Amino acid sequence: MSINFEVNGKPVEVEVEPRLTLADCLRHHLRLTGTHVGCEHGVCGACTVLVDGAAVRSCLMLAVQAEGAKVVTVEGLSRDEGLTPLQASFRKHHALQCGFCTPGMITTAHALLSEEPDCDADRVREVLSGNLCRCTGYISIVEAVLDARSAYKKAAP
Amino acid sequence: MKLPAFEYACPTSISEAVALLASHDGEAKPLAGGQSLVPMLAFRVASPSLLVDLRKLAELRQIRITQDGVALGAMVRWRDILDDARLFTAHPLLVAAVEHVAHYQIRNRGTVGGSMAHADPAAEMPGIAVTCEAQITVMGKSGVRTIPAGDFFTGPLMTALTADEIITEVRLPLWPAGRRFGFQEFARRRGDFALAAAAVFYDDHGKACNTHVGVIGVGDKPLRLPGVEAVINGQNIDDAVIAKAEAATSAAVDPADDIHASGAYRKALAGVMVERALKAAAASSAR
Repeated sequence: MSINFEVNGKPVEVEVEPRLTLADCLRHHLRLTGTHVGCEHGVCGACTVLVDGAAVRSCLMLAVQAEGAKVVTVEGLSRDEGLTPLQASFRKHHALQCGFCTPGMITTAHALLSEEPDCDADRVREVLSGNLCRCTGYISIVEAVLDARSAYKKAAP
Repeated sequence: MKLPAFEYACPTSISEAVALLASHDGEAKPLAGGQSLVPMLAFRVASPSLLVDLRKLAELRQIRITQDGVALGAMVRWRDILDDARLFTAHPLLVAAVEHVAHYQIRNRGTVGGSMAHADPAAEMPGIAVTCEAQITVMGKSGVRTIPAGDFFTGPLMTALTADEIITEVRLPLWPAGRRFGFQEFARRRGDFALAAAAVFYDDHGKACNTHVGVIGVGDKPLRLPGVEAVINGQNIDDAVIAKAEAATSAAVDPADDIHASGAYRKALAGVMVERALKAAAASSAR
């Protein structure tokens, strides 16, 4: 099937089988390999992307369901070569070790902070409970997200 | 693993969706949010020949609050429920339960109808539907029918739906102001399916009356426990009544052993969940 949607601000048209997940469509058809595929059944959160502004698991969505949607991947969060305030906060707080979970953590935290820039540590932990870090560096990740809140209070990036 | 091959259709009317389902000899499945069905495909537990995507059926996305209660369209997402400020007074028990559904990303796509049709014995929405005596409206090739929640769930992942039927709406009866309630769930990790959970409400006219007690995760479907309700009705909710309700709950359920917990553990846990839910209900300011 031929589908049209928007990825990181650009319209795309791809030819896919109905069974192709959005995650595999992004990685294999559009070569956006920043979206990582961990468990492929909606448990690990590594494949989180934004669909029409909401954080969703791209392994639990068919590419054909994205017809007409606006999809943002981790590649689409920064407009140039620089880091976003959230990404810079991850670096500052050593919030990534092997880095496999990082794109999902960043996209999820970006959605959270965009909607709730005043969230507290409990809320950050509750939301990030859907993202597994097998290096178990959760404390640094929560600190990085909390420290990035100020950037979202000024203006949504 | 990768999903098995299937055909895909995205109809623009419910009748068209029903016709598509009816034309595939029971091998077609409706696709709502996909948060249960896609994992089933990934595990190859399900391999339908056709998926009928309901995402263009805007009429299924409505939350209606009327003098009869709350009507949730089948395509209402958990997120829509949590974002709808009216529901905090129109049905606070529903909101309390939905806060426990899976994770943030899942709540952004998972739907009321999808959870009802999937019928996981530990899922919150089926438990609320059974506890609150919801009515489930479904549409199939022979027309519309309404199924009481108590008759809707027939076993683990099994419902009264026929292969050509789509859930259109779940109606929860009116929630009067002042009703007391509690929802308590225990899972090993946040967002996991409940090892056990309990939903309790009663109307407080000096003594508890119209008590409803439901549990999930401790049977092959969500259970309402009339024997426990009888222990509570007509009583002041004090420690002695709560202890009796806890014991009656554990006595009323007979969960099987599985890899997550022994049956004996779940039996005890169900009682503790009812105990905590009742304590929360008694301590809550009426709303």
